Amino acid sequence: MALTAEQIHAAVSAKFGEAVGALAPPAKDPFFTVKADALLDVCRFLKTEPALAFDFLEDVTAVDHPKENLIRVVYHLWSYRLRHGIVVKVECDRASPKAPSVEPVWKTADWMEREVYDLFGVNFEGHPDLRRIMMPDDWVGHPLRKDYQEAGGYENISNVRDSSLVEYRRMDDAVREAAEKKAAEAAPPAPAAAPLAPTGTVH
Amino acid sequence: MASDYAHDPGAGAQVLTTRTTVVEDMLNLARKSSVWFLLFGLACCGIELMQTGGPRADLDRFGSVPRATPRQSDLMIVAGTLTYKMAIRCRLLYQQMPEPKYVLSMVSCATCGGLFQYSYSVVKGVDKIVPVDVYVPGCPPRPEALTEGFMRIQDLMMRERWKAKMRPHHEEKLGVQYDVPETV
Amino acid sequence: MDELVIQKLGTVTDEEMVLNMGPQHPSTHGVIRFVVKADGEIMKVAVPVVGYLHRAIEKIGEIVTYPQFMPYTDRADYLAAMFANEGYALAVEKLMGLEVPVRGQYCRAISCELNRIASHLISVGTMGQDIGALTPFVHALREREKINDLIEELCGARLTYNYHRVGGVAFDIPDGWIDETRRFLDHFEKILDEYDRLLTWNEIYVKRLAGLGVIPAELAIDYGLVGPNLRASGVDWDLRRDAPYGCYRDFQFQVPVGKGWVGKIGDCFDRYYVRILEMRQSVAILRQAFDKLPPGEVLHPKVPKKIKPAAGEAWARVESARGEMGYYVVADGASEKAWRVRIRTGSFTAMGIIEPLSRGMMIADLVAFIASLDVVAPEIDR
Repeated sequence: MALTAEQIHAAVSAKFGEAVGALAPPAKDPFFTVKADALLDVCRFLKTEPALAFDFLEDVTAVDHPKENLIRVVYHLWSYRLRHGIVVKVECDRASPKAPSVEPVWKTADWMEREVYDLFGVNFEGHPDLRRIMMPDDWVGHPLRKDYQEAGGYENISNVRDSSLVEYRRMDDAVREAAEKKAAEAAPPAPAAAPLAPTGTVH
Repeated sequence: MASDYAHDPGAGAQVLTTRTTVVEDMLNLARKSSVWFLLFGLACCGIELMQTGGPRADLDRFGSVPRATPRQSDLMIVAGTLTYKMAIRCRLLYQQMPEPKYVLSMVSCATCGGLFQYSYSVVKGVDKIVPVDVYVPGCPPRPEALTEGFMRIQDLMMRERWKAKMRPHHEEKLGVQYDVPETV
Repeated sequence: MDELVIQKLGTVTDEEMVLNMGPQHPSTHGVIRFVVKADGEIMKVAVPVVGYLHRAIEKIGEIVTYPQFMPYTDRADYLAAMFANEGYALAVEKLMGLEVPVRGQYCRAISCELNRIASHLISVGTMGQDIGALTPFVHALREREKINDLIEELCGARLTYNYHRVGGVAFDIPDGWIDETRRFLDHFEKILDEYDRLLTWNEIYVKRLAGLGVIPAELAIDYGLVGPNLRASGVDWDLRRDAPYGCYRDFQFQVPVGKGWVGKIGDCFDRYYVRILEMRQSVAILRQAFDKLPPGEVLHPKVPKKIKPAAGEAWARVESARGEMGYYVVADGASEKAWRVRIRTGSFTAMGIIEPLSRGMMIADLVAFIASLDVVAPEIDR
């Protein structure tokens, strides 16, 4: 039987007490915050408890809050069997964000946590294979953070593009310079004293 | 000037290909009627590229067929957004194509970044990586537009001299260095 | 730059070899890459490497205003852009507390179902192509061109529609369009029979796919598979029927579930055939929608010019052609730009299951397996 968000929250907080925060006001999508240490146990409980049976981890993502100095990792859960859903959040310190990995509970968390690690820099402890997924391995920074600054390109490819007129003129200049340089190298050295200026030369 | 060209075909070829315009035209006619393009669908435009090769627009009637490997292709249609992660691969594919080779930038994203100019991971124009011959605007361009761009490539082939297409490598043009090896 | 992927393969003995497949490969459905460790024809493991089309759509959602973001959702899934539009519109409507007019909801359902057929056609066509049957692909593209024409008449674009708006849809259905679409549907049902004769029950095709890449139901749920991939594994779940949004309550339709028609439940053939059956159901939904189409507005008349929802967060999901597509939109209440936009897509999770299932599979079967999952690169990378 499908439970309401209040019933789900009551069941979880009865089991874990202090580690589970209050339920969000009902105007929003109902969610509650869990302390990072207890997350893995809470998730196991949510999945295995027959009255809850959250077998489907829909989504793992994160939201950056620089003012509060927090990164909130957000888990969207759904139960196919009982047809109810809930949102669980974990707060991490922005300077060194870390949270336990829920990969042992739901396998799909593997790739989703890798994405959050890549784009937000949240370190999931206990994750079997935590490496970048979207960006190249040697990329610097975590792009979805609010204070992310672009490094100005990658592998010598500039990330600036002028208006097309300027850009194409720059390319033409580069081609001409290269050709001139090559012509200068290929030309024979000038004789010490030129006997006569060639006729018909226009300067 | 012979030293400008990467592969000098030698004196005999010069007689055939630079002094004899009829032979030149014949060669060009043969080339333009068999442009094999590299199947290189990057993003949304890959689907329009497929539709262009499909039953209605039918790029086959120009003698053009998709090839899965760059080593058999004359034309690279860059169909879609190029990211930094992909840019190095794109350059590698270009280097693997035999001369003479052409590049068609199919979409606004490939031309200048297009819709994704704000993005931290998108190359602002494929001409930063490889030289481009024809730009086709649109997001994505219709098959008719791509066909038009393709015919511009054919015009280009008819106009130029066979040997002049053996152009120097692109990094010399732009004055940039890449870590990517020349041949793999 | 590949050290980390190579490390993942573990030790490579003398008998084994490491193969690179992609990112430019004709059968990887966009720019996806696999690093394969194989012993002869048998794969030890195939490690997917993605991110070659990561275009930072989620970051752009924080840079542009709410209505401006709608064209970007098209590019998040170019084969089924109507669903991406609708998911985002639903999330923002949920934040604002807007109700879409009934005719607007019908327009959404009609456009989405037509788009579902177009998307499944590509899936079915490439499925044949990837395992060596080139003709069905051309047949599929022929019908897709007709759908493209219809959709173009409806919204002005062939591929990236930008048709849905916050509060409804952009344009009403043009005159004569419904009759034209009805004629197409009559024609298309015959074409579906033709596909069955041409491809589905072709003996070579059946033997190639039967019992290949079997995903049991528990594994499918554990790995977060959605949509046709999940239903092919025998899980009877469809958002349109079980958690209806828009006007889907008004329609009667079957939800095709994998039955192991030629092999086991959840094999590649089931995933293929579920899509064929879904196209038939989409035709049925379209006919009902045309019969019941009410008059009225298509766009909510009181949608403000500057959309500025109150602080809050919303999670909205739609049953896309590739399964459940979820949008998580966080508004800070102070600006016209979202604080965070997150797109949850079916292809991303479907890619996660390839590595565990690839162990012991033939290299040639990997292509068929990827094609049967119907992944599309921008949905994986966004």
